[in-house]
Amino acid sequence: MPDQLLQQIADGLLIGLMYSLVAIGLTLIWGVMNIVNFAHGDFLMLGMFTSFWLFTLYGIDPIFSIPVSFLCMFAMGTLIYRFIVSKVMKGPMLAQLVVTFGVSIFISNLAVYFWTPDFRLLPATILQGTWQIGGINLSVPKVAASFGSVIASVCVFLFLKRTKTGKAILATEMDRDAALLMGINTERINSLSFGIGAALVGVSGAFLSTYYYIYPQVGGLFGIIAFCVVALGGFGSIEGAFIAGILVGLAQTLGGFFFDPSYKYAIVFMIYLVTIWIKPQGLRGW
Amino acid sequence: MNKAICLKVSGLSKRFGGLAANNGIHFSVEEGEIVSIIGPNGAGKSTLFNCVTGFYKPDSGNVSFYGRDITGMRPDKVCNLGIARTFQIVEVIGEMTILENVTTGVLLRYHRLKPAMEKACEILAFTGLYEKKDFLGTELTIADKKRLEVSMALATQPRLLMLDESMAGLTKVELREIIDLIRKIRDKGMTLIVVEHVMEAVMQISDRVVVLNSGKKIMEGTPREVCSNQEVIQAYLGDKYRAVFR
Amino acid sequence: MRNFTAQQIMTGLAILLLLIFFPLVVRQSFSIHVMILVFMFAMLGVAWNIMGGYAGMYSFGQAAFFGIGAYTSSYLSIAYGVNPWIGLVAGGCAASLVAAAIGYPCSKLRGHYFAIASIAFAEIVRIVFNNWKAVGAAEGLSLSMKNESFANFLFNTSKLPYYYIMLVFLLISLAVSYFVATSKMGYYFRAIKESHQIAGSLGVDVVLYRLMAIMTSAFLSAMAGTFYAQYILYIDPGSVMLLATSIQIVLIAMLGGAGSIMGPVIGAAILIPSSEYTRVTLGYKGTGMDMVIYGLLITLISMYYPEGVWKLLARIGRKMK
Repeated sequence: MPDQLLQQIADGLLIGLMYSLVAIGLTLIWGVMNIVNFAHGDFLMLGMFTSFWLFTLYGIDPIFSIPVSFLCMFAMGTLIYRFIVSKVMKGPMLAQLVVTFGVSIFISNLAVYFWTPDFRLLPATILQGTWQIGGINLSVPKVAASFGSVIASVCVFLFLKRTKTGKAILATEMDRDAALLMGINTERINSLSFGIGAALVGVSGAFLSTYYYIYPQVGGLFGIIAFCVVALGGFGSIEGAFIAGILVGLAQTLGGFFFDPSYKYAIVFMIYLVTIWIKPQGLRGW
Repeated sequence: MNKAICLKVSGLSKRFGGLAANNGIHFSVEEGEIVSIIGPNGAGKSTLFNCVTGFYKPDSGNVSFYGRDITGMRPDKVCNLGIARTFQIVEVIGEMTILENVTTGVLLRYHRLKPAMEKACEILAFTGLYEKKDFLGTELTIADKKRLEVSMALATQPRLLMLDESMAGLTKVELREIIDLIRKIRDKGMTLIVVEHVMEAVMQISDRVVVLNSGKKIMEGTPREVCSNQEVIQAYLGDKYRAVFR
Repeated sequence: MRNFTAQQIMTGLAILLLLIFFPLVVRQSFSIHVMILVFMFAMLGVAWNIMGGYAGMYSFGQAAFFGIGAYTSSYLSIAYGVNPWIGLVAGGCAASLVAAAIGYPCSKLRGHYFAIASIAFAEIVRIVFNNWKAVGAAEGLSLSMKNESFANFLFNTSKLPYYYIMLVFLLISLAVSYFVATSKMGYYFRAIKESHQIAGSLGVDVVLYRLMAIMTSAFLSAMAGTFYAQYILYIDPGSVMLLATSIQIVLIAMLGGAGSIMGPVIGAAILIPSSEYTRVTLGYKGTGMDMVIYGLLITLISMYYPEGVWKLLARIGRKMK
């Protein structure tokens, strides 16, 4: 296989793993309470900025900001659920769709207001450089970020399948009424899931900040791609989101490689649309 | 007098994964009959309904309506041909009034709104919902919703009306009313197939009863015959009904 | 069903007269511009309502149809000298065809799934136009300012003709919305919105009617797009195909009252002037504060007034009787 193609596959894998973690948070929220969180991309942005400011103001390397991002975004997610989203749960579907758009616009523009729309980049941190394996170049921060993403995904998976709280979340996702009857406090599960979902994408942001441009509107594109990943993997399916993330990453790089890089996102969206037409439940239906 | 065969189901089968929800079902219904389909939960009654009315595509077998093959036809085409149905979990259009709900059904045959609404009023008078015609769908009791659903089905001017558990959860008075309604509908020349669990009603209204169990038809006959059948009693009825017909 | 009370006719005529005399009395160019935008967004909201409010297909990609309309008429005008009025119809047809092409495979999608598919579709359109050299790619198209006349759909000296044309377009779209709502189509749309199962069981060809809703909505949105192109005389993907615009259209319909005929008009009347004025007073520094307020507004409206102003007014009106 020509080196160039291998490079694209490697890059696709790496970016795909990032998409996976972003999507896992989104699919959790979706699966548990049937809410599409259009502000998800903006949580990513906040995670990135947390890393940025911790480094710029206090010299803390992004690796160590990860737990801070996790906790901050968890708190933010829980608060947003409790004070905003929970109020529209009983309302019309249109309101549920629009409310997170409102939160998204609010957060991203508040970021513009406080931090200006400038693009920022973290200077070289602990992890830097490029590995050369065979004929392909692997950027160390990207590999580290993707590796971290895998670890985080596995942690979430284990949390959901092995812990009592995790199982309660899965139960609520599968059958809300049954979970209620079993004595599970579904309101608390909602709040917890929203928090965890936000925390996961915040952590993704921390990983991403090691090599990606940091700016208030960065959430937009990532958000839309995350929806496609979630839909592709099957709404509510953690495993599906993980696999779909990788597939979307590969679709993006390979699509750009074989056709035209400027159209790479259009190709991703097209693949998403075609999949959803054939299998409305996404990969889960296969 | 030889009546026309309204509906004929032969060899109907439908699987979901490993489960044969309907397994080689045969029966036919003559015009003007009231046929009840009974059986324990999971016997395949609603699946049968869905296969006949186009909501599921059968894996094998045939459904014909007045001699015309309608196997696997789309639900709206089936309705157009003259089969209307209600659903086990009652569904009405919540944000419309009762009148608007029925008008929606009438619009299949009457394309202009004003005449359609007038026809809808007639139907509501027939089914006894006229006084409540301006109530919103979301404001109705279950009993009224079921009656509305029947009205909507009638609005499409069917020749065959299929009712899926229209009597569940009704009081004795409401039950009496719906039995009367069913008889009135038959008197108008329609054929009815009714899935029911409420055995008192089944016994009163049915010309024939078809019994399903685990996807297969285990018996078919008059209400009396069915009640005395050992297999039916064991599978579903229990001894109470044998006593009733002694 | 197609008659109005005397009171409704009087109120309608009064408002219409007010709107007709408005630009003659208020001569400030900016205010007239804001009103033109109100009419345009009201029309876009009315168009959205036909597929979203009536038929329950919540599209967050209307900007794509708006943009296709703008680009079709502009490209035909620049490249082939086609008259913009003909371009208007061509744009509408182009948008309808695209709508059918995307709507058909999406026939089974509802709720969130449809919303996201609409976003993906609109983004594909935007990316395509952003890279398509023939229509100017990211730089877009500029229309000639020469030969002003009604026949050329071009007015340089005054905004007034644009004002009245847009008002007429809005009235046309309201008429379409009204006829849909009070016809068989409207009833079938509402049945589809409730449940495909109910609709099918009542004999409704769900796929066909969904297509009719999307195509009608697309046609009207494209008309607004052509108007925009002739008014601003410059279009690019960044101004006519934005997700933000699509969201604004949904918001206008929701704020005013999705599912009601006049709802989007009220929504536009409230939202457009406030966003234009906050942009001018707060946003000119690029601080984003105007958008912060906008985001806050959207959130609060979804939480506390999700049914929209129109229904609120209707409820107050009913209580007063």
